[in-house]
Amino acid sequence: MAKIRGAIVVDAERCKGCSVCVANCPQQVIALGKTVNSKGYYYAEMAFADKCTGCVNCAIICPDGAISVYRVKVEN
Amino acid sequence: MEVQEIINEKNLVYQPSKLLTGAAFNFCPGCGHGTVVRLVMEVVEEMDIQSDVIGISPVGCSVLLYDFYNIDVIQAAHGRATAVATGLKRVLPDKFVFTYQGDGDLAAIGTGETIHACNRGENITVIYVNNGTYGMTGGQMAPTTIPGMKTSTSPRGRDVATMGHPLRITDIVASLDGACYVTRQAVHTPAAVRKTKRALRTAFENQKLKRGTSFVEVVCSCHSGWKMTPLQSNRWMEENMFPYYPLGDLKVMNGQT
Ligand SMILES: Cc1ncc(C[n+]2csc(CCOP(=O)(O)OP(=O)(O)O)c2C)c(N)n1
Ligand code: SF4
Ligand code: SF4
Ligand code: SF4
Repeated sequence: MAKIRGAIVVDAERCKGCSVCVANCPQQVIALGKTVNSKGYYYAEMAFADKCTGCVNCAIICPDGAISVYRVKVEN
Repeated sequence: MEVQEIINEKNLVYQPSKLLTGAAFNFCPGCGHGTVVRLVMEVVEEMDIQSDVIGISPVGCSVLLYDFYNIDVIQAAHGRATAVATGLKRVLPDKFVFTYQGDGDLAAIGTGETIHACNRGENITVIYVNNGTYGMTGGQMAPTTIPGMKTSTSPRGRDVATMGHPLRITDIVASLDGACYVTRQAVHTPAAVRKTKRALRTAFENQKLKRGTSFVEVVCSCHSGWKMTPLQSNRWMEENMFPYYPLGDLKVMNGQT
């Protein structure tokens, strides 16, 4: 059966650590990391990467346009 | 499959619009302005009209649109964006002209310009971000502040007996014959963001039909002014702003998509 896998890339320098994406990811993939960017914000990261479906919810709600999303169908 | 294999150009399904310059947005972390600013460029990019669109930025937190957008932007005096848009659209009728304004700009100092431009049916798109406060200057009470809402100039909450009632300017605009499309949306959830994007698309497409003014209100939080976190303010907005500013279309003319 084909499975959908996704992944996000967060532009760490654009991210302001607002957590809006964290709260709006239906798969609870995202968390703020433990390191800060040059402006002092804890930026978002994929904490549970294998759960991402590439639904783009996080990216379309990110106020700073910090997220790009990739999606692929995996046959297994 | 490894994450690194998924992150490949051919699997890309979303990236921020190329019409954004890349300059960091000046908004506070989590501010809905950023989402609306982004969506406008996504719509312009999808319609492929970037060389034919001119934006008017207001006075307010979104004053710096010209730094963020790879399109032409004129910055208007406080409240005068729809007047500037009127002149521009009349001189260059084939261009897509939009204003982007906050509630202090559009519904306080610019009330007259707003109502008359919409009443004349200027063939423009008005994007109105209503956060119920003057964000840029420190969260003061605006005409749009809802009853009981605490601001820096109504610290005990807006008392309608002495401070008057909130202005639902979008409802007034909907009653004007010059307005062809009037809607109220939000950007606090992915579903709401998708609806706002569709509304913005309709509002730009209408300029091709030359039907009059299209007006899109987006109810937003100003968590810095409201003194909450971004997530708290989104919840507060759902519970307190939406009952006063219900989401949905206020006016749609036949034949609009
Ligand atoms: C003629 C004039 N009067 C007052 C001001 C001060 N001022 C700057 S921004 C602003 C209000 C902005 O509020 P709003 O339009 O709601 O935008 P927001 O910052 O909330 O996005 C005011 C009153 C000004 N710049 N010019
Ligand atoms: S929504 Fe955007 S800016 Fe906010 S934490 Fe997520 S990636 Fe960062
Ligand atoms: S694309 Fe969807 S599943 Fe993946 S991190 Fe973003 S919101 Fe979560
Ligand atoms: S002051 Fe309010 S409206 Fe302005 S950027 Fe900050 S949160 Fe947004």
